[in-house]
Amino acid sequence: MEEQFAKLDIRKDENIVYKRTPLLVDRPLSYCPGCGHGTVHRMLMETLEEMDIQDKTIGISPVGCSVLAYDFLNIDMLGAAHGRAPALATAIKRMWPDKFVFTYQGDGDLAAIGTAETIHACNRGENFVIIFINNGIYGMTGGQMAPTTLPGMRSSTSPYGRDEKTMGHPLRMTELVAQLPGTYFVTRQAVHTPNHVRRTKKALRKAFENQKLNVGISFIEVVSNCNSGWKMTPVNSNKWMEDNMFPYYPLGDIKVDGKIVEPKAVTAKAGE
Amino acid sequence: MGELRLMKGNEAVAEAAIRAGCDGYFGYPITPQSEIMEYLMVEKPHERTGMVVLQAESEVASINMLYGGAGTGKMVMTSSSSPGISLMQEGISYMAGAELPCLIVNVVRGGPGLGTIQPSQADYFQAVKGGGHGDYHMIVLAPASVQEMSDFVKLGFDLAFKYRTPVLILSDGAIGQMMEKVELFDPIPRRTNEEVIRQCPWAATGKPKERDHIIITSLDLDPAGQEKINLKLQAKYRQMKKDEVRFEMIQCEDAEYIFIAFGLSARICQKAMDIARAKNIKVGLFRPVTLFPFPAKAIAEISKKVKGMLVVEMNAGQMIEDVRLSLDSPQKVEHYGRFGGIIPAPDEVVSALEQQIIGG
Amino acid sequence: MTEEIIIAGFGGQGVLSMGKILAYSGVMQNKEVSWMPSYGPEMRGGTANVTVIISDDRISSPIINSFDTAIILNQQSMDKFEKTIKPGGLLIYDPNGITRHPVRRDINIYSIEAADEAGKLGLSKVFNMMVLGGFLKLKPLIAPEYLHKGLQKSLPVRHHNLIEDNEKAVEIGKALLKPVLVLN
Repeated sequence: MEEQFAKLDIRKDENIVYKRTPLLVDRPLSYCPGCGHGTVHRMLMETLEEMDIQDKTIGISPVGCSVLAYDFLNIDMLGAAHGRAPALATAIKRMWPDKFVFTYQGDGDLAAIGTAETIHACNRGENFVIIFINNGIYGMTGGQMAPTTLPGMRSSTSPYGRDEKTMGHPLRMTELVAQLPGTYFVTRQAVHTPNHVRRTKKALRKAFENQKLNVGISFIEVVSNCNSGWKMTPVNSNKWMEDNMFPYYPLGDIKVDGKIVEPKAVTAKAGE
Repeated sequence: MGELRLMKGNEAVAEAAIRAGCDGYFGYPITPQSEIMEYLMVEKPHERTGMVVLQAESEVASINMLYGGAGTGKMVMTSSSSPGISLMQEGISYMAGAELPCLIVNVVRGGPGLGTIQPSQADYFQAVKGGGHGDYHMIVLAPASVQEMSDFVKLGFDLAFKYRTPVLILSDGAIGQMMEKVELFDPIPRRTNEEVIRQCPWAATGKPKERDHIIITSLDLDPAGQEKINLKLQAKYRQMKKDEVRFEMIQCEDAEYIFIAFGLSARICQKAMDIARAKNIKVGLFRPVTLFPFPAKAIAEISKKVKGMLVVEMNAGQMIEDVRLSLDSPQKVEHYGRFGGIIPAPDEVVSALEQQIIGG
Repeated sequence: MTEEIIIAGFGGQGVLSMGKILAYSGVMQNKEVSWMPSYGPEMRGGTANVTVIISDDRISSPIINSFDTAIILNQQSMDKFEKTIKPGGLLIYDPNGITRHPVRRDINIYSIEAADEAGKLGLSKVFNMMVLGGFLKLKPLIAPEYLHKGLQKSLPVRHHNLIEDNEKAVEIGKALLKPVLVLN
């Protein structure tokens, strides 16, 4: 018994250096081991906790792997139909201008079926945050080709590799929305190393702070792996992401405080 | 007595929305209902009541804006005409599944496809049978006058929140475009955010420490859970059938024959009734006001007292299916319809009665 | 009393607004009214028509295919609506641009040269009110004070300075009316 107490003693509050934020529901995530979603969830909830806005935040989950995000994020949430999250967020923010509103969407959701909603919410300069997880594939439905699938990349609906002539080109949605006057902060990040996780969290904080300023959309793309869909080990998938995804989807800020960042700076940051 | 105005049906919908305390209108232009958003934009409801009016990028976006707004407890509406309502079906199904209140106005035009911009009632099936995927219904109100276009906005919102369900006003191009005298109801103040939170404890309005987080969704991957949701919806529809059936009967007391018609067709039948009665044909009019829930019992009762019934619709025979399902004894029921934007003339309807029912 | 009227002419002649002013005046006089326009592409430069019903009782069908009165302002409308007037009914037409004059002998027919007169007086904007004046002379359904109220309600406030011109036009129209065929 004494031994046990001795072990527990080191779990005193003053000894705790890290713990799960209470803004994450205490249940196992349904994501594949090695997937980036869990890390983004945690950074997002830590941001809201640090800003003390749990009671003022309304989130919208998509259709895709993160369809059940509302089971893990301990805030009020709505599950949108495939691609429609920015439409929901538009109405909510317009009618609850004092709330913090965000959408959490994958590449199929945001860049294929929801292209119109994404572009128009950005173009109207709605005041919410869009978190865009780009793993180049439809994860939940079993690894089909996404609008962001790389040229030559294999998926269950491009089994011989994406042929750009017949299947189109990977869509850089983030660069596209940066061109619209309604976006204020547009950035592309990753969460596969501690350094990248820190940068993503910083971007999230900036995005949610922007909502207080009422200045337009803050758009954060997170390039992520899909080790299941890509049929790799988590470690290999992260390496593959660095070698293949980052050159096509270079990391870094694209638009800050309403101004496009010089393309050179973007290149310099790529692959960091 | 409320304020009297001469208004188009579409304008009456818009004015009624402001007066009903609506929080948000989201829509996309389509003939013959564009006056609704035009009127709202002119009226600057954000100044009058704080109501949000937004022109969306599509009907798909509009209905999902409703989903967002309704999920946070706000009183939201959209309007469109047939092709646009088809585009909204996915969103309506989601809202029915997530049990969200909203008001949708369909100013019906002829179809199928791009069809015509002239009035029609060919969207009856879509309106009363669900329309989108899954087992669900909307409450469907069928106005027959500009006055009812106004009144049903208020009634529609009341029912939408009472049952947490999408409510559809099934109108048509003629009622949308025509002007009649309207007695406007007195404005009801929009609810404050505190009132919304208090009245809609189910809504996602931001999680305070003292309650669990709220999830608005139509998804339950566990079939047992999904069946439970379905059973709850079905119980709600049974309740509606018990409590919310509305209809009107005109000159049915001595009638040997009955017209059954909703909306504009009912107005035409009223005129046809006058013509027929001048010829000593004793005909009455039964007008379903709620198309879902359908006044099945009342139709079954009246069917026993008459020699025959003519269902008059601006479609190829849709409501007649519900009429036939209502009857518990074989009755002479026939259909007369015009389609594609053609409105049957009153004397045409009298001829149909004479040929199909009386002489038939 | 129920009066069923069709007003028909070119888009831009003020057909719809004439109907609206008539209907709104009816509302002010506590009548039941309906105003049912043709709508859609045919309005853009083509023909426009509106059915106005004014009644002491609840109006049944706002859409009808025979009329007590037809007010006709172009040839296409003459071709289309002359035959829809109830026997013993009334046809008022502006002969300007009419090449085939009415042929019915079982209805009352009046002409009103309002387009010419409006042009001469520089009152083209209220041409439609002259025609309405002609109609109201024959069928005084609306008392002048209610017409005034109807104008106030149907014209936007920025056009209220035109009410006087409108009322003047109504009086001018009454004087322009000429009988063509009057049944005993």
